[in-house]
Amino acid sequence: MTNEENMTEVLTGETDRRVASSATASPTSLRVDGVTAAELHAKGVHAWFGERMVLENVDLVMERTKVTALIGPSGCGKSTFLRILNRMHEIVPGASLAGSVDLDGEDIYDPNQRAATIRRHIGMVFQRPNPFPAMSVRDNVLAGLRFNRIKSKHKDEIIEEALTKAGLWSEVRDRLKDMGGALSGGQQQRLCIARALAVKPAVLLMDEPCSALDPGSTLRIEQTVKEIAHEVTVVIVTHNMQQAQRVSDKTAFFLSQDGNPGYIVETGKTEDIFARPQDPRTADYVQGRFG
Amino acid sequence: MTAVMDSPDIEDSGEIEEKKVSAIRRIRPKEFKPSDVVILLLTLAASYSIIWIIFAQLTLLSGALGFVVLWIPTFLFLYWFVNRQMFTRQVAVDRLIGSIVTLGAGIMMLPLVMLTIFVFQKGLPLLSWDVLTKTQQGVVYTGPSGNNIGGVAHALVGTIEEVAIAAAIGIPAALLTAVFINEVGGRFTKSVRVVVTAMSGTPAIVAGVFIYSIWVTKFHYSGFAGALALAIILLPTVTRGTEEVLKVVHNDLREAAIALAAPEWRTVWSVVLPTARSGLITSVLLGVAISIGETAPLIMTIFGNQVMNANPFVGPQMGLSLLSYKQIKLPIQSQIDLGYTSALVLFVLVFGIFILARILGAQRKGSGGGRRSLLSFVRWTPGSALEPNESAVVKKEEFSSD
Amino acid sequence: MTSELAPSPLKLANKRSNEDRLFRGVTRGAGLATFVILALIGVFLFIEALPAFRSQGWRFLTNTGWQTTGAHPQFGVLSALSGSIIIAVIGLIIAIPVSISCALFINEYAPDTLLRFIPFKNFLTAAVDLMAAVPSIIYGMWGFFILQPHMVGLEKWLSTFFGSLGIFQNTSGAYTSSFFIAGTIVGIMCMPIITSLCREVFSLTPSGEREGAMSLGASRARVIRDVVFPFSKGGMIGSIMLGLGRALGEAIAVAIIIALAFPLNFHVVQAGGNSIAALIALQWGAGGNLGTSALLAAGLVLFILTLIINMIASRIVNASKMAGR
Ligand SMILES: Nc1ncnc2c1ncn2[C@@H]1O[C@H](COP(=O)(O)OP(=O)(O)OP(=O)(O)O)[C@@H](O)[C@H]1O
Ligand SMILES: [Mg+2]
Repeated sequence: MTNEENMTEVLTGETDRRVASSATASPTSLRVDGVTAAELHAKGVHAWFGERMVLENVDLVMERTKVTALIGPSGCGKSTFLRILNRMHEIVPGASLAGSVDLDGEDIYDPNQRAATIRRHIGMVFQRPNPFPAMSVRDNVLAGLRFNRIKSKHKDEIIEEALTKAGLWSEVRDRLKDMGGALSGGQQQRLCIARALAVKPAVLLMDEPCSALDPGSTLRIEQTVKEIAHEVTVVIVTHNMQQAQRVSDKTAFFLSQDGNPGYIVETGKTEDIFARPQDPRTADYVQGRFG
Repeated sequence: MTAVMDSPDIEDSGEIEEKKVSAIRRIRPKEFKPSDVVILLLTLAASYSIIWIIFAQLTLLSGALGFVVLWIPTFLFLYWFVNRQMFTRQVAVDRLIGSIVTLGAGIMMLPLVMLTIFVFQKGLPLLSWDVLTKTQQGVVYTGPSGNNIGGVAHALVGTIEEVAIAAAIGIPAALLTAVFINEVGGRFTKSVRVVVTAMSGTPAIVAGVFIYSIWVTKFHYSGFAGALALAIILLPTVTRGTEEVLKVVHNDLREAAIALAAPEWRTVWSVVLPTARSGLITSVLLGVAISIGETAPLIMTIFGNQVMNANPFVGPQMGLSLLSYKQIKLPIQSQIDLGYTSALVLFVLVFGIFILARILGAQRKGSGGGRRSLLSFVRWTPGSALEPNESAVVKKEEFSSD
Repeated sequence: MTSELAPSPLKLANKRSNEDRLFRGVTRGAGLATFVILALIGVFLFIEALPAFRSQGWRFLTNTGWQTTGAHPQFGVLSALSGSIIIAVIGLIIAIPVSISCALFINEYAPDTLLRFIPFKNFLTAAVDLMAAVPSIIYGMWGFFILQPHMVGLEKWLSTFFGSLGIFQNTSGAYTSSFFIAGTIVGIMCMPIITSLCREVFSLTPSGEREGAMSLGASRARVIRDVVFPFSKGGMIGSIMLGLGRALGEAIAVAIIIALAFPLNFHVVQAGGNSIAALIALQWGAGGNLGTSALLAAGLVLFILTLIINMIASRIVNASKMAGR
């Protein structure tokens, strides 16, 4: 674990520049395998669907080994922003974007970057649990390795580790051969988390991962998030204020008004956003007065 | 979901509890009460007698078919009228539509039942090991029928070879085309889809004359020429079927694979195709089953042969369907009967492919994927009743276990 | 809210790996091959049909006879073409109501299980699929030996009571081997195709809308009319058009039933008729080289006809899809 190192790096800010300069030399060797948690820095991000701009000039630093929560009313572009962070936005026909997103100082939208490489380092968990239905639990966890042709002699360890981190191991250890779709909704979602963790991403993006789940499963997943945050940077979209408070270190409040593009109203430490919001709109939102 | 809606019977979940607490009563609300059954039966009887009277007058209209043709509309009208009088207009219309629709299904099933009986009745008597292993070699078709009726072996071998070659060519091409349309896309997607649609509407006999003009005129009749024609018939059928099942693979899964940094071909090969597996098998086997029974395109490609020709690349071959077609035009009853037997063998082959489709395409529990129709009834076990709305969307089996 | 300096979207160079480029290349090749095949069908049929076109010119489309041998060959595709259309129309008139009813029954009415253990719905679906795969030769034989005797009575009745309508007139007194019987069998053959496609589109009706309507108290008939039909209009038309394609092109079943007659004939319950596909099947090998060429020319006409119908069909389907959404 390099948690402490990472912490200090973030604090000093020194390493960022260093990594950035070394990265530009060989952009494809973005990150070394096994290195955990990276900082994600979105700079001046705009997004369009067709001609319609849905995000305008979003700047956000998602710090290493911290959990960043994105909150805001429906339709303000949180999912869009999240998908920009691992280049999933561009697979939507007609979608475009501007700005840059730096992963440990290196722009993931650099023309020399391959989207697939980026996505391997920045994992994603979706709103609806989507395990591959034709694969067993085991194969689901290993899917990322298989897709990326990562050979490993320690498959069983990887599976156990990923499932343990996702808080699912004890429930499925005897059911690894079952189909992914045969689990309950909450279990499926944790399987998806395990699947994303198995390739050891530096960042994990989660788009309302609990919205389809019951309170019990939600708590399990929140626990999981807190546990994995030691080794992976987490960005989580949530509509649940309590959840944001429970799991996140930092919160960004998105807003879009009257069909205008969404933007960030306020970012800050989660306690501050909820206890001492600077902007009256933030205060209204977190206190449930609108949205 | 539809049928369940009106009768939310709780029997599945109640199954276990019931053994413990026998006092639990299952509620199965039915829209159709016993009194309604009485109305239905009375209306049936009334319309029957009305038509019987008219029918007796119109003696011209002979046969059961004519009777039924008159009976159906009379019954429908009467049934609507009675319900209209006894209940509301809505109920009457609802019941009218219900009975029309049920009748439609009945009329639909009738030919299948009759066909099956017909084929077995006519084809079975002659079916023997001898007929299956002999060819038409040395059989003379003119004059009084001798005891030498020959057999269908040459046609069976021909059919299997032709269809195998056609499948080997057509199925990969069809899968790739469907993947292109649905997964890869690009500038030509739309036009390729239009062309495939156009091809699937092209009559089989056109495929036959095309292969004749492009192949047979230069390389003469052969089983391979027939296989080419069958491949052309198979290609659009399988492409469209595959496209349909690929379409219902939920986009979530593709995104999940992309988010795991899978290359395109990996996403298709490891996620999309396996998810649609059962639907794929269905569409492929349906394509094969349809092409195996084609007759018209064989006339001008394999030409037909009385003797065994196991080499599909040289010389005329025979096929079961073509043999049937030729036999039933002969003036000798025993030869016509052989045509029936050949048709029976063909029917059994087609049916066998269906069973195969069911077994191979059977759904593994919890694997969701594009389930399509096809012979679900082979699994006769209770509880295999699958959900009614087979939209074949990759549904999460919501909270299915635990 | 817009900044003065409007940001421009990034141009994303989508770098693909070699394997993905190969994958794309191969699948695209397969896709484009379908173009080539379709073009080749037109070109080669035309080349081989040239002798026939040279011999008859435009009269090939207006002649009704089929005399391909001798010093003065005279042949044309008109009666076969009209016959194909008559058979297809009769077939569709029979097939459409039955198919749509059956599809609705399977989708909306049929109980899941019958007697608690027969998976009824699946059984019906499978039966329909099986019907689609039953070889046309078997339909033809069944139609000729079993259906035809039953049909004759109905035909007589039709000609007696509706003979004055013209099309039901019977001037020869022979009722077998007629358009009506051929059309009926072709209709039966189209039923499974139309049914299974309709069932498919019906089942795609979003359950949200369906349940929404039901929760408002709509009866099943209402749901069908107001939710299922509007949603699946395009698909229904498409499936009917596909059925039409099959009906127009059915060769063997028609060839077995119909008695080939070349004069133009609209009396559907009267013996004798013609159809392009059946003509090709029945006349193959007869009539010498010019005869073969003439049959290929007829095949080209059939090809173009079905092509046009399918193009129109996909237009309609697309248009109704646009309107429906
Ligand atoms: N595929 C798309 N095509 C066109 N517009 C889209 C698409 N997806 C999203 N949008 C639009 O982009 C805007 C932002 O959508 P986004 O999904 O990012 O919102 P969100 O903040 O995630 O909302 P929610 O909390 O409801 O999930 C919305 O106005 C939405 O209508
Ligand atoms: Mg969202």
